[in-house]
Amino acid sequence: MTKIADPLQTWAQSEYKYGFVTDIETETVPRGLSEEVIRLISAKKHEPEWLTQWRLKAYRHWLTMTEPTWQNVHYPPIDYQAIFYYSAPKQKTGPKRLEDVDPKLLETYRRLGIPLEEQKRLAGVAVDAVFDSVSVATTFKEKLAELGIIFCSFSEAVQNHPELVRRYLGSVVPYSDNYFATLNSAVFSDGSFAYIPKGVRCPMELSTYFRINAAQTGQFERMLIIAEPGAHVSYLEGCTAPMRDENQLHAAVVELVALDDATIKYSTVQNWYPGDAQGRGGIYNFVTKRGKCLGRNSRISWTQVETGSAITWKYPSCILQGDNSVGEFYSVALTNNYQQADTGTKMIHIGKNTSSYIVSKGISAGHGQNTYRGMVKILKGAEYARNFTQCDSMLIGEHCGAHTFPYIEVKNSTAHMEHEATTSKIGDDQMFYCHQRGISTEDAVSMIVNGFCKEVFRELPMEFAVEAQKLLEVSLEGSVG
Amino acid sequence: MLVIENLHVAVDGQEILKGVDLMVGAGEVHSIMGPNGSGKSTLAQVIAGRDTYQITAGRILYRGRDLTELSPEERACEGIFMAFQYPVEIPGVSTSYFLRSALNAQRKYRGLEEVDALDFLTLVKERIRLLGMDERLLNRALNEGFSGGEKKRNEIFQLAVLEPRLAILDETDSGLDIDALKVVADGVNRLRSPERALVVVTHYQRLLNYIVPDYVHVLAGGRIVRSGGKELALELEQRGYGWLSDEQAIEAVAGQAAAERAG
Repeated sequence: MTKIADPLQTWAQSEYKYGFVTDIETETVPRGLSEEVIRLISAKKHEPEWLTQWRLKAYRHWLTMTEPTWQNVHYPPIDYQAIFYYSAPKQKTGPKRLEDVDPKLLETYRRLGIPLEEQKRLAGVAVDAVFDSVSVATTFKEKLAELGIIFCSFSEAVQNHPELVRRYLGSVVPYSDNYFATLNSAVFSDGSFAYIPKGVRCPMELSTYFRINAAQTGQFERMLIIAEPGAHVSYLEGCTAPMRDENQLHAAVVELVALDDATIKYSTVQNWYPGDAQGRGGIYNFVTKRGKCLGRNSRISWTQVETGSAITWKYPSCILQGDNSVGEFYSVALTNNYQQADTGTKMIHIGKNTSSYIVSKGISAGHGQNTYRGMVKILKGAEYARNFTQCDSMLIGEHCGAHTFPYIEVKNSTAHMEHEATTSKIGDDQMFYCHQRGISTEDAVSMIVNGFCKEVFRELPMEFAVEAQKLLEVSLEGSVG
Repeated sequence: MLVIENLHVAVDGQEILKGVDLMVGAGEVHSIMGPNGSGKSTLAQVIAGRDTYQITAGRILYRGRDLTELSPEERACEGIFMAFQYPVEIPGVSTSYFLRSALNAQRKYRGLEEVDALDFLTLVKERIRLLGMDERLLNRALNEGFSGGEKKRNEIFQLAVLEPRLAILDETDSGLDIDALKVVADGVNRLRSPERALVVVTHYQRLLNYIVPDYVHVLAGGRIVRSGGKELALELEQRGYGWLSDEQAIEAVAGQAAAERAG
């Protein structure tokens, strides 16, 4: 099996395309974490008192918590007092029109392939652009508003729709949920907010593009999406960061709420800076994502393609509370060089006839370590719940690892559970077969890996499926051996 | 087209081919026969460039070039095709996508334009009919869930689409029933042309009833111990390999000893 390494190793080392830094004046709060810092962040955002108090409650709770150690990832201790918790490009006022956005920021997003000028838009995609701690622009806001859809930065939502924020914030991920979610609850700065009114099918993809720019700064964004009865929405997020030698923390919280007959589809293409080939630098992506299928016949579907970050640690989950509700999780996680991922999902079946579907594809190359961790829990009242789990791992080379930890807890005997798992390896035989037909090593690897991920890619909206394939190719370059 | 001289091949230090000589000209069909473990498949794979085998002595020339200087994919692009004894499965990659990638990789190498999706479809549909295969196989993942016979036919189908200069069939007949054998042989025979050479590696004579070779070589103990016309295959069918290994091995050893003395 060592033969395969040689031609693969000759592959040119790829460059992280998004590693540039934007030189822009920023305002920050003092380094470190304290009640003063939290009050300062809250004051900068002109938040109502209840929210300031909510943050402080979270902070005080966080002080009583210890960092979890059960995960299968390894990193040196994080000094939480060394991080800047807020960094924002200097601009005059809060919510703004595109004309007022600093040209340097527009240029940054253009280089990232996300033109914010609506006339150059990606057809049919509304974008909220988050730069370090703040949202810098949201496109198509007015057009969506005609349908009653609210799509704006989280800060704007706090100002303009406080009743919605207050009602749903923390309703899926409570402030006390876990170490990183609690930290986020204390210091979150911005993110996106979407509200789809009753019976409305959102006519375009909503998306947020997260960019970390400032050094030694954490990004703590907060997402909240609410789909009223009968509403449909498809939401996408993308992420990049500059190449830096030190690790940066990204601890986000995403909450989704789907009411009767509502559908939320949430897709992520995560390409945070993964660190260099020796494992220096890169983003710690410690994220809590959870959706609540609150209504009958509601559906929440998570699709993620995780190729970036030094460490990815997240479990986009579904609480299936409404009867007949459906939760789905489709995941591709790739770890190359010294990247680590511990990712999967939790499906909590509460309502009757609830079903969940899990497809996880882990790819490990280089010295990458890839863990699937999933929990399927069928509670007592969940009559006739169903789950199907398929969990496949692919190994490329000799030094990587794949691990699978499925937890299944069934408290109702009418449940129907299926679990399938495979581990495969791009073998010498497959490579030789491709070579014998004239196909180069690069093309063969990308063909085999893409074939492996097909079931997940077809869940992504078209343009992003193409993007995800390319991303996978780039992420695999140079690494395999 | 293909010249093999005194080829010695080892795997993990154990010598499998011990001095093979073979010449294959354009337009010719050669059959390599021999008992199990004689090195037939090794010879096929070495020509295709499998790197688990080490060439310890001798050389292989293809159209005047030393083949060992070329990677397996370059050999393929130069027109060498091997139909695998055990075709591999590639989940999630359709047969059609795989084959189009292969064809375009080869065309690109030769400085030709890539074939677009429509022309490709016309081509493969025509060729797949020749092999009596179900068109739906094109959209199924390569060899995944294919029966043994379907896999073998799929190899010949690829051969028909890629139209190589030199095709090596490694035990394509094993696992085929007589009807499938006829269809496969028919497909191969259509590809016979004055520019193209075929090397048919087989254990049994029965395939050679349908693909009639110009020359038959018997490989035993890592060496070609006897060469002849198509009648040789029939003789083997009747008498088995046993008589050869005794008679020819003695001759071969004597011959080598003589050569060494002369050297």
